[in-house]
Amino acid sequence: MRETPVTPVQVTGTVLTTRRVDAYHALTVVAPGIAERFRPGHFVAVAVGGAQTSMLTRRAFSIHDVKPDYSGTVEFVFTVRGPGTAWLAERRARDTLDLVGPLGRPFPLPRDPVTCVLVGGEYGSATLFPVADVLQQRGCRVDFVLGAASADRVFGALRARRMGETTTLTTEDGSLGLRGRVTDVLPGVIADVRADVVYACGPMSMLRGVTAVAVEFDIPVQVAVEERMACGVGVCMTCVLPVIGDDGVTRMVRSCVEGPVFRGERVRFDDVGTIPFDALGAPGGGSRNAG
Amino acid sequence: MPVDMRTYLGHVELVNPITTAAGCAASGSELAQFFDLGRIGALTTRSITMAPRAGRPTPRMAETPSGMLNAIGLQGPGVDAFLERELPWLAQRNVRTVVSIGGGTVAEYTALARRLTDAPGVSAVEVNLSCPNIEDRGRVFARDGAASAEVIASVRSVMRYDVPVVAKLSPDVVDVVSVARACVDGGADALSMINNPLGMSIDTEAMRPSLAAVTGGLSGPAIRPLAVRCVWQVHAALPSVPIIGMGGVLTGRDAFELILAGACVVAVGTALFHDPYACLRILRELEELLAARGFHRLADAVGLAHRPPGASTRHRIDLEESSL
Ligand SMILES: Cc1cc2nc3c(=O)[nH]c(=O)nc-3n(C[C@H](O)[C@H](O)[C@H](O)COP(=O)(O)OP(=O)(O)OC[C@H]3O[C@@H](n4cnc5c(N)ncnc54)[C@H](O)[C@@H]3O)c2cc1C
Ligand SMILES: Cc1cc2nc3c(=O)[nH]c(=O)nc-3n(C[C@H](O)[C@H](O)[C@H](O)COP(=O)(O)O)c2cc1C
Ligand code: FES
Repeated sequence: MRETPVTPVQVTGTVLTTRRVDAYHALTVVAPGIAERFRPGHFVAVAVGGAQTSMLTRRAFSIHDVKPDYSGTVEFVFTVRGPGTAWLAERRARDTLDLVGPLGRPFPLPRDPVTCVLVGGEYGSATLFPVADVLQQRGCRVDFVLGAASADRVFGALRARRMGETTTLTTEDGSLGLRGRVTDVLPGVIADVRADVVYACGPMSMLRGVTAVAVEFDIPVQVAVEERMACGVGVCMTCVLPVIGDDGVTRMVRSCVEGPVFRGERVRFDDVGTIPFDALGAPGGGSRNAG
Repeated sequence: MPVDMRTYLGHVELVNPITTAAGCAASGSELAQFFDLGRIGALTTRSITMAPRAGRPTPRMAETPSGMLNAIGLQGPGVDAFLERELPWLAQRNVRTVVSIGGGTVAEYTALARRLTDAPGVSAVEVNLSCPNIEDRGRVFARDGAASAEVIASVRSVMRYDVPVVAKLSPDVVDVVSVARACVDGGADALSMINNPLGMSIDTEAMRPSLAAVTGGLSGPAIRPLAVRCVWQVHAALPSVPIIGMGGVLTGRDAFELILAGACVVAVGTALFHDPYACLRILRELEELLAARGFHRLADAVGLAHRPPGASTRHRIDLEESSL
């Protein structure tokens, strides 16, 4: 069953703590309305650059953790990619931050205690820990597979080892765990633990590979995708990707409001970045040249 | 004393001059999560097309200094779904709705207008002229006064007499005044400007264009001077034609600037991506600013910057009062 979105709020939060976690930055922000509405898989859209900034679009970050302190804090983990994340990396305790959230559809959770494999790539693992928490509360068995290019980019290995029944780590340069990618080890893990379901968050190419493995084993897979976003709240239409609906029709859906969590096999990974010819309203389907 | 913020689009009264810009508020329900849409003067829909449209491939967006480029490609569900779901949803909530329409031929615009004629809840129709004219080798309607006028005349002829037809102009023309005049001669009751000028950015990491569509529409404060110029020039030439001004409005001061240039309605677009409450904030800031400058009515500020040098606002108000 699909989770319905909760009503997001905009809050001016105060940065409580900043820390480095290997290659990443983590910010804990006092954000009451957001923390209390949070469910695993939600993200926040953060305004960057301050009041007079020339950076107009919001930056999306998965919520890694919420705590009841100061009537609610949220933590997100990020990597510096461009000017917005560079600015965020300079935030210090007591700075204020404008956040909108919680956004997106959270991960659907199984009703019964089942065995779940949680697959994270790079900072994508950050999203998985709140999922693991609730799964364990529901009596599920949780196993982790985490990977990245190098050891310092594997997020949360320690915590995964503490929480998971098993934790398998992979790095492309072999500096931690097994050399290779998560998809190299995933079939083995699924078979060993007799997994019932896979949850995954990470780069698009990884999600595509993880989905292929899950499909092979014929078990459900829930993936949290990352698409280029400007608003995060569903008004700009920049974040679309081709997704097959319940009716079998492919639509260009907004990953911020219809996602970011999708059933893996519904996402047409091979066609991301294109408009598949058979998508609803694809060129050729009528008023092709308008606009 | 509160400022009288009412304004008119043709004969349609709006409680205040703030609306969303076409394509920047999706179907309305997304923003309704944050505030009551009835509090803004009007909501402008995305450009509705005849058939459902999947739009352009991603990446569709690139941030630029004080702006962004977009190439959405009018993604939308088509007019049937719009009339079935989106418009009734807005009408039920008493949201004044400006319906934007987009087409590739004059016949398509006309057919869309005809579909809207009987639909309840259409306060005005805004004709997005920045679509390529497929009958004229993809030349954009808005670039050509005659083509624009033909669309407007045809839409006007089928639209209900009490629904204003607004022509939305592009700044990518040699002479915006001549296109504006052609549209008014064709029957436009009001003008809207500006649509996105065309821009481009290159990702220096990938060393390729940032957008899948290569070029895209520029929006945000980066284009505000362009918008102020267009509104100014058209208001000077056609002072009695109502203008919806837009382009990079982020604050009440920005809205005020467009009003002083001649706009009586101000649309907010890209600012909504930064701040979902932008419309309400801008409205509040604008009202405060008008009050601080001694205005009792928004209408008194429309086009005020056109007064000759030396003529003070006080002077003008005195004159008006003494002529009563
Ligand atoms: C649902 C979701 C969750 C995310 N969670 C995390 C997270 O937990 N940690 C983390 O480090 N990163 C996360 N990202 C990616 C993060 O949003 C981008 O790295 C960040 O926006 C880049 O901003 P910038 O200013 O550094 O880069 P720039 O390239 O200068 O950004 C320009 C514009 O493009 C957008 N953009 C660029 N890359 C991305 C991207 N990959 N995804 C979405 N928008 C992008 C920016 O938001 C901004 O609007 C997430 C993205 C999504 C969609
Ligand atoms: C993402 C996006 C989508 C848009 N879609 C439309 C559209 O469907 N029809 C239209 O007439 N204008 C469209 N526009 C143009 C805006 O309505 C507006 O004219 C322009 O962006 C300038 O205002 P701004 O700087 O406040 O965004 C769009 C603009 C953006 C940024
Ligand atoms: S990011 Fe704006 S619609 Fe998804």
